[in-house]
Formats: sequence, C-alpha cells, structure tokens
Amino acid sequence: MTTFAPPLPDLAAPLPPRTGDRIIQFREALREAMSEEMRRDPRLFLMGEEVAQYNGAYKISQGMLDEFGPKRIIDAPISENGFAGLAVGAAMYGLKPIIEFMSWSFSLVAADQILNNIPKMLYMSGGQWGCSAVFRGNDGAGGQLGSTHSWCVEGLFSNVPGVKIAIPSCPYDAKGLLKTAIREPDPVFFLESERMLGDNAHVPAEEYYIPFGRAHLAREGGDCTLVSFGRPVNFCLEAADELAREGIEVDVLDMRTIRPLDIDSILRSIQKTGRIVVVDQSWPFASVASEVVTQVCERGFDYLDHQPLRVNSDDVPAPYAKNLEAEFLPHKGKIINAVRKSLGR
Amino acid sequence: MAQVTTASDSARTSADGRARPSSQLPDSTLVRWLRDMLLIREFENRCAQAYQQARIGGFCHLYIGQEAAAVGTVNSLQPDDPIVHAYRDHGHALARGMDPGVCMAEMYGRITGCAKGKGGSMHMFDKPHWFFGGHGIVGAQTPLGAGLAFAARYEWEVLGKALPNPGVEPGAPAKKKVALSFLGDGALNQGALHEAMNLAGLWGLPVIFVVENNGYSMGTAIERGTTMAHDLTKKADAYGIRSAVIDGFDVLDLYDGFKPLVDWCREHQKPGFVDLKTYRYLGHSMSDPQKYRTKEEVERYKAKDSIDRLASLLLDAQGPRARSGKPVLSEAEFLDMQNELKAVVKDAIDFAEASPVPDADTELYSDVLANPVPNMSPTRDYTIGARNPLA
Repeated sequence: MTTFAPPLPDLAAPLPPRTGDRIIQFREALREAMSEEMRRDPRLFLMGEEVAQYNGAYKISQGMLDEFGPKRIIDAPISENGFAGLAVGAAMYGLKPIIEFMSWSFSLVAADQILNNIPKMLYMSGGQWGCSAVFRGNDGAGGQLGSTHSWCVEGLFSNVPGVKIAIPSCPYDAKGLLKTAIREPDPVFFLESERMLGDNAHVPAEEYYIPFGRAHLAREGGDCTLVSFGRPVNFCLEAADELAREGIEVDVLDMRTIRPLDIDSILRSIQKTGRIVVVDQSWPFASVASEVVTQVCERGFDYLDHQPLRVNSDDVPAPYAKNLEAEFLPHKGKIINAVRKSLGR
Repeated sequence: MAQVTTASDSARTSADGRARPSSQLPDSTLVRWLRDMLLIREFENRCAQAYQQARIGGFCHLYIGQEAAAVGTVNSLQPDDPIVHAYRDHGHALARGMDPGVCMAEMYGRITGCAKGKGGSMHMFDKPHWFFGGHGIVGAQTPLGAGLAFAARYEWEVLGKALPNPGVEPGAPAKKKVALSFLGDGALNQGALHEAMNLAGLWGLPVIFVVENNGYSMGTAIERGTTMAHDLTKKADAYGIRSAVIDGFDVLDLYDGFKPLVDWCREHQKPGFVDLKTYRYLGHSMSDPQKYRTKEEVERYKAKDSIDRLASLLLDAQGPRARSGKPVLSEAEFLDMQNELKAVVKDAIDFAEASPVPDADTELYSDVLANPVPNMSPTRDYTIGARNPLA
C-alpha cells in the first residue's frame, strides 16, 4: 500500500447496532462515508456532474466543495466516457477516484471504460496495474423517467469478471458498504437509488465497515426465502408484512453485494425453508436472479420443495405512465403472488 | 498556434538562427537512438516471422517504418513521465526500455511475458518504466492519458509529495510531469479522444496527444474518414490545446519539434497535440492484403526511411556530426551494431521459446482481483498468481 493510504479496516470487527436514534437520510449516509474517508486519505477525490458548485444533482455531496475545495470535489462536464477513463488513468497512477454518475443509465456511454478497462486492467497487465476506484450513482427506476433513464445496470455489469458490486437498501448499509468500497483495492460499482435517497433511518455515529459478501437477514421466518438487493429489499419487507397477516413467515435476505454473492447464506436459509423467491429489479433474461437461481439449483437443489421462482422487472422497456411503471417494477403484489405460488397456495 | 517543423536542415539551426535542441545532443545519444530504432525493426521483423510460423497468435500490429516516432518522442521525456499507448505498441515499449525477451515472451503467450502471457501483442505494460500499457480499443487509452496527467498534476498540487511509484524515494517531493498519450490517426474520430481533449484543455492537464499519423486507419486513408485531414491542428484549436505538425521521418527533426512542446507543457502544465507524420511499411496487421495503397507509394516512403537517414548522418565522414573527416560511426561499428541487435532479438526469441506457458491451474483465475474474496465467481475462487517481477 502507499504511504498515503490508511491501513485496511478490520472487517471482522463487530458491527454497531442497526437501531438507535441518530436518524439521517440515505444521501447523508453516503456523504458521511465519503467525507470521513476523504479526511483520512488525501488521494481521494470526488468527480462527477454537478457534484461541486451545484452541491450534487441529488444533494449527496452537499457541502463537500466547501470542506475539500475544488481540487478534490470536481465538477465534470457531461463526458462520462472521458471522466470514467480519466479515473482509470488516475487510479493506475496511484490516486483513489470516486466517480459519481448522476445516473448509472448515463454510464452506458462510458461502457468501453466500464466493461473493458476498469474490470480487466489487472488481468491484461498481468497484475501490474488494477483500477482501485469507486463508481457510484443512481440505479433503477427513478419515478417516471422513461426507458433510457431507468437502467438497472446490475443485470448487465455483473456479467463481467473483475469488479465488485455493492447495492445497499438502507442508510445503515449505504454508509458501511461505501466506506468498505472506498478502502477496496479493487474497482467497485456502487448502486444507489434516487427513490431511496430521502429514506430516513438510524446510522451510528461511530465508524464501521460492512464486509462485502455477507448478506443481512432483514427479517426471519421459516416458510420461504426471499432473496433481494437494493431498493426491492424494501418491497420484500412490505410483502413480508402482508404475508405475515396470512400466517406466512419469510426470511428476507438482503444480499448487500452482488459480487461477491453470499450464496452460503442463501443455502442456509433454503435448508430451513425449502422455498426461494429471488426479487431483482433488472430484466429477467440473464439477470442476477437467473444467476442466483442457477447457483441454488447447482448447490442446493436437494433442499428445495418447490422450483425456485424469480420476480424481476417486466421484460419490456421501462414505461413512463405512472400506472405502467408501477406495474413494471418487482412490486409487493408480484412478490406476494410468487411466495404463495411457492407454498402452493 | 501550429508550429510546423520542416525538412532536414543540416546546420540544425532554426529559422531565427538559434541552435536546435538536437544540436545539444551528444553523439552517444544519437548512436543509442539508432540502436533503439534498429532494435525495434529487427524485433518486428522477427515477430512477423514468428507470426507466420504460428508461434505468435491473435492480432499482431507491426511498427516497421515508424521507428523514429517512438524513439524521438519517448526520448524527449524524463524516465518517470507516464506513457500510455494504443495497440501498435511493441516499438514504444522497447524504446522505453522494456526487456526484449519479456516483450517477446508476451507475444508468445508465456508466463515470463510482461503481462504473464495474459495480455498479448496489444497489451505491453511495464510499470518500472512508467509504461501504462498498450490498449486494444481504438481511442480508449486517450482518457487514461488525461487521467495520468490529472494524477501527476494532483500529485504536486494537492499531495505535494510523490506517490509511491517505481523508483520514487518515500516522501520525495512531487514534480511537474508530462504524460504522453499516443494514438493512431484512426482514433481521431473516436469520441473518447474528443472528451479527453476537452477535459485536458478545460483543466490544464499536462498530457500530449501524439497522433502517429501513418495515413491509414486500417485500410481507410485519412481523408476518407477524417475531416480537416490536411490540418489536424484545427482539432486541437477547438479545445484550446497547443499543437505542432512534426515530420516523423527524421528523428532529429522530430526531436527538435517535439522536445520544446514537452518542455512547454511541463512548465505551464498544459496539454499538447501533435500531428506526427509517419508511415508503416507493412499492413495494418499481419492479415492485411494492402489493396488500398500502391507498391509505389510504399516505396516512396521507404526512400525516406528514418533509420537510413540517421545512419547516413552518423556514417558520413563529411557530415555535420563528423570530426576531422571521421564519422561518428564507422562502417564496421555499424555492422557490429546490427549483428549485436540480431543476437539480442535472437536471444529474446530463444527466451520466449524456452519459457513455460502460464499454468492454467494457477494463472487462469489469478490477477482478476487484487483482493480475491470468496463467492466472487460461480465457477472458482480467484487467487493471487505468480508474482510478476514488473509489478
């Protein structure tokens, strides 16, 4: 490691309680994670559209320009391919970029950097240079933004080896995962959701780092396993509340990271429940849900009492009309139906 | 804004009568450059043979004819100025100091290659020599060049101390650097370049975009694919970037045009752009039948061969570099040099031939992640492979 880099955090340390009365927004949790790490490591800089003078298109970086100055909080022009590639070069030289995509939907114009250079640099160079950087931004439907602005890139990008992908569902995880992402020597794609940035929840005052590859059991029940990540975890919890009123108790596993994927926790849960429904907001064909179901079949087929089911966004471009978009998403109703089907009800 | 350097001037003085930068270079430097250019040509000739014998696979883009471009530009830098390049990269790697054996072993797909045989012809990387790769996608390396310059500027402006890179003493003060981002004329029409140039112009990034303009984007002549092909400096003007048109057939002319731009970009921490005129004698890659140009055209350029030109200067007993009728290099010394380089490249091939291939058990799944954690892949856990001596 470098003379500037802080030592790696102890990822085995016990995590602070998830409940408490320090209630902040999801966006503030992200800001705290970045600011704490930037105070510690001068190699860190934040670059993206509107991150500095505008204080963040979604106010995630509010106040950071004042604290860290324009050399470290940098407004980029609308040139995702250019500044994503700039981050690769800067990371190879030894800096630690945090690149904010206003939306991951816009990262598609930087697909060459994202799919070729960022994940493959370490391999192509035979271990000489990797790309230690965090690329973060809004993922998924933002609320009637239409087909081009509602991308769930996890379905596409998780296909490529060489990156780690984190996707928090709540402020507590957002902060702990982002701090770990920043300390990672490997490139991390960090997927947020515009629809969750205003969510309020307790975030501990003390520093903590959530290890990658460890799912959080967000709710416990013995009848069926719900596996999800990111915003749809919240749909699963809503569904679980309603199912409980029918006497159906489900495990809700929040994966928190897609790569690595905590398949061990999934297998443990289905050993107990015998049933699994995977809820994923990317499209169904070759999706993360497809991958989870495949791995479950490969490694836990004998535990199953019903074939695995998946609930994805519908297999159409994201629609604009409010009612169509609501139906398109992997919403509570679809999840409840899938759980009932899995239980033969 | 454009500074046009014209054909050779034996007195090596500029129009205003001042000595040209190359006139300050000692003879030994010129001899070393000749040697480097010959090394590249011999290396590439042997690559072509090895490719025809199917010892080298994949795509193989050779640099024969363009040698002066790499040698003149790379030698205008400090050894710790960062360089990033496209896929026609063997010549630059060698000019920068990569071991020919390591370079050839990479071509052969051997574990002793610079990328442990995982990169191939288009991915020459050499960390100790600040050579940030060979990159395969046309133009994709140009934002990386901007990023290297961004980091180099950040290093002195924000950090104040040098980052722990090869050859850097811990805690050493940072210094002003210049990054080189090479590209071919085919990359002129890629969006990545224009985004990179805009960022470089906007933020004052000390990077020089060196267009090695060999006239052809694969089989497409430049004027068939590029607007303003007769004056590429207009593209730099659009981004407020200082530019130069440089003759790449004479390595001393090249240096005279390029070195002042490097110095200026370093001092002012600003970007540059160079239309470097050059020509490749062989096809775009080894699989190019070259139907798009005539043999006469190729011969016309071969008559301006950069190696011949420098050799003539150094072998000329009456030339500007001769002293009391004695040339810098005798015919015998020149012959010795050629024979020595044949041996160097032969050794490189022998080294590659004798080197083992990467072990599939340990190398297929290594170098994917620097921090390989469990459950990253459904097929196998990633590992740390054999240590790369260059890493």
